[in-house]
Amino acid sequence: MLELVNVSKVVGGQTHIHPTNLTLERGSLNVLLGPTLAGKTSLLRLMAGLDKPTTGEVRFDGKDVTGVPVQQRNVAMVYQQFINYPSMTVYANIASPLRVSGANSADIDREVRKVAELMRLTPYLDRLPLSLSGGQQQRTALARAIVKKASLVLLDEPLANLDYKLREEMREELPKIFAASGSIFVYATTEPSEALLLGGNTATMHEGRVSQFGKTVAVYRNPRDLVTARTFSDPPINTHSAVKEGKHFVLLEKEAGGKGKPVKITLAVPAHLAGIADGPVTLGLQPHHLSLDEPYAKAPSLKVKTQVSEIAGSESFVHVLFGDKRWVMLEHGVRNIDPGLDIDIYLDTRHLMAFGPDGMALAGQAG
Amino acid sequence: MARINLDHIRHAYGIRPSAPHDYALREVHHEWADGGAYALLGPSGCGKTTLLNIISGLVRPSEGHILFDGKDVTHLSTEERNIAQVFQFPVVYDTMTVYDNLAFPLRNRKVPEDLVATRVKHILEMLELTDRADKKARGLTADQKQKISLGRGLVRSDVNAILFDEPLTVIDPHLKWVLRSQLKQLHRQSNYTMVYVTHDQTEALTFADKVVVMYDGQIVQIGTPAELFEKPKHTFVGYFIGSPGMNVFPVDVEGRKVRIGDATLDVGFAPKIGAGQKAELGIRPEFMDIGRKGMPLSIRKVEDIGRQKIVRAELAGQAVSIVVKEGADIPADPHVTFRDEGINIYADSWRVGREA
Amino acid sequence: MGKTWNNKAWFMVLPAFIVVALSAIIPMMTVVNYSVQDTFGNNEFFWAGTDWFKEVLASERFWGALGRNFAFSVIILLIEIPLGVFIALNMPRKGWTVSLCLVVMAMPLLIPWNVVGTIFLLILRTDIGLVGYAIDSLGIPFRYVGNPRDAWITVVAMDVWHWTSLVALLAYAGLVSIPDAYYQAARIDGASRFSVFRYIQLPKMKRVLLIAFLLRFMDSFMIYTEPFVATGGGPGTSTTFLSVDLVKIAVGQFDLGPAAAMSIIYFLIILLLSWIFYTVMTRNDENA
Repeated sequence: MLELVNVSKVVGGQTHIHPTNLTLERGSLNVLLGPTLAGKTSLLRLMAGLDKPTTGEVRFDGKDVTGVPVQQRNVAMVYQQFINYPSMTVYANIASPLRVSGANSADIDREVRKVAELMRLTPYLDRLPLSLSGGQQQRTALARAIVKKASLVLLDEPLANLDYKLREEMREELPKIFAASGSIFVYATTEPSEALLLGGNTATMHEGRVSQFGKTVAVYRNPRDLVTARTFSDPPINTHSAVKEGKHFVLLEKEAGGKGKPVKITLAVPAHLAGIADGPVTLGLQPHHLSLDEPYAKAPSLKVKTQVSEIAGSESFVHVLFGDKRWVMLEHGVRNIDPGLDIDIYLDTRHLMAFGPDGMALAGQAG
Repeated sequence: MARINLDHIRHAYGIRPSAPHDYALREVHHEWADGGAYALLGPSGCGKTTLLNIISGLVRPSEGHILFDGKDVTHLSTEERNIAQVFQFPVVYDTMTVYDNLAFPLRNRKVPEDLVATRVKHILEMLELTDRADKKARGLTADQKQKISLGRGLVRSDVNAILFDEPLTVIDPHLKWVLRSQLKQLHRQSNYTMVYVTHDQTEALTFADKVVVMYDGQIVQIGTPAELFEKPKHTFVGYFIGSPGMNVFPVDVEGRKVRIGDATLDVGFAPKIGAGQKAELGIRPEFMDIGRKGMPLSIRKVEDIGRQKIVRAELAGQAVSIVVKEGADIPADPHVTFRDEGINIYADSWRVGREA
Repeated sequence: MGKTWNNKAWFMVLPAFIVVALSAIIPMMTVVNYSVQDTFGNNEFFWAGTDWFKEVLASERFWGALGRNFAFSVIILLIEIPLGVFIALNMPRKGWTVSLCLVVMAMPLLIPWNVVGTIFLLILRTDIGLVGYAIDSLGIPFRYVGNPRDAWITVVAMDVWHWTSLVALLAYAGLVSIPDAYYQAARIDGASRFSVFRYIQLPKMKRVLLIAFLLRFMDSFMIYTEPFVATGGGPGTSTTFLSVDLVKIAVGQFDLGPAAAMSIIYFLIILLLSWIFYTVMTRNDENA
């Protein structure tokens, strides 16, 4: 079990990490999700012992390891760049952490072959890393981390430099490999979809703070605040300011394209938000809860102007303008819609989120 | 702006190619329309960069000709071809201002300064960089620098084509959204012929009118995004486009009947499978429905990825992925059915259509 | 990004610290000691205060030598930096010629100063030296022993021959780090050869050129061996640089006090100039 107690990091007067509390269980997979410079790498370095926190304590299995340098901890790290020993074969690369620890060669051989099988590297054991594909190189680096049986394995955007098809396959494989180990895995990524595919727990990070930590799907469905909701959505979550007046949300917006006078648009308050107080709110709706087709009978609709459509193979992202706000909706299959059209889109308000003026989520969000 | 003809082009990096495998680029013979937006999509080593370099003039093809608007440019240098290129890493002239960066290609060509000013101002507006015109280029973020690289091509009126070599590699995911859609709009506004090389399907499908899918040194399909999704010509296209990719099953074909494991489907036409050819059925995860009817399915794992669920299962002894909606129920004794419009039949990996 | 945090690292640097203390700080303190005292031998010292400094600063001899130092540094910088950059621009980027070029370029750098002097003296001899014989045959009177101008040409030529390849190698290192895409983009933009140099190569070489400039400046400002071997500071005082003069005063005349004061002034000048160059050039870098 790894505990961060009030850990912070200040470098040259700049706060890289605000005081953070985090408990990671043995055998768990934990994703650090946030944009570049959110503090993911800084936090990983603090966990590894590469940096000493400015305040707070790092505990491992209840023992304070704050000042213990990385060499004396049982930590493995995998980076975005494929880091292997270029002059050693894949076999020697995987064996290297075991050689350092002085295991006998029969044990080394058994372990290396076991991990190589798991990482599907068996045919390449005699090859040099640079003669392999990017995916195989990164699997070699991963194998080295796993063979070490480190109690803590830190991965800093390990798939970022791979082709997307390989990334897709690795994402599917990784949770299995992690589950077969028993170490604590911490996986930093900028991509929400990667966090969702990996599962486990997710800590969303923003400007040096962990904004929420919990089961990945739970954080995604019930973000505690607007910052978390924004961090955990790609394409970005659609938001709009509104005022709750009794049974309606009132949105003030210029219709389609932002021309003419502002019009009052009312939206019935869905059942799960009935309990919140009247007053100003920020509404949020994920792109897949907006659609061109009615999701259920009498779903509310809005008039918007279409912009570009982006096509991601199995899905399409249709960008639209609601007033002068840019919204994105997600459609299944290929939907290439001409820009500049005035159309109606439907809102699945069963999944509507509402945030108060302080950015905190109001009431229980829908599951 | 130009129409591009690739006339029987082949290329090998070795000296004397004998077998098809010696070619980094096997025969390519196509015509690309003036003002079109094309994307070359494929995994690394598929030949897409070779093809781009042949168009830009960095590589001279071993065989064949390349024509711009009917004029043979095979032996012309990059400069003489009047093309513009945006590279993987942004190239800006650090010591110049944003304005001077954009004016540079025009000034080099001795364009009068008042015309330079109008062109540059127009491009600055298009790229939404007007307020940074007088800033030094070195202080900019990667996405702004990349826009300048593009702008130096857009600013010229004599450009035959603008080539992009994985231009979004160094851009933050959150900004990729913005840049991708801006690129598409820029193409609509400018009407330049654009060729975009990428291994990322979203970039390719979003940007291009026609996507050129490459695999193992050859073009396996040129089509609109919808065609690539619905009617992949080659099983590789089915696998490479879409996440998760298409499920492919070995089948036995008898007339209109297709046998998959113990089940038999009527596909509505008689696919032509030659003697000794390997017959396969391809179906995308989106065209499969889980319910109480159909073929029995054993589910290994359900991945909840928020907006939908991916069911990893086994069907007829083979691993399959099935996409189901966010709130959908999965029965205890699951069966699966295929929707007719999603079924494609392949002979030796190439699609056999109804029309064939 | 933070650094790896480890106290043991200090022990690693300790030996270097001790060596620096013994070789630099202690001799320096001795010099300071000499500069403020007078001695007539027998280890008898008298407090002289700032007298030696005043004497040195008032002497024409000192200012003359300092002037020659500056003149020399400016001349060799004006020759070596452009020449080094020019050579680097014309060095091959690919193939076996690269290593050949690098080895040839590195050769002068491996030759000790006094050997360079001796080599030049041999070459310039009219009886057995190639260059000397050639010049003599052309009927050009070239006498580095008697003619101050010829003496200067000799000393400058020695330094240029000896050190231009250092500038060239540094500039080359800067050049090869420029990605190919920059050259391609420039060609597409229709840039001239000069524009490529001005807007791509020069900005990318700026940092290494700054280092080359500082190294060559400090090194040339401390010139000693070449004039000592070749001209002995002459004819007259025409190639008597500060260091040459310093040795004359200290060892030749055994005037330790003025010599010590002079070396401290000399040291401070170098320190000051290096600092000025460094700040000016790095500030340029930030503003650009």
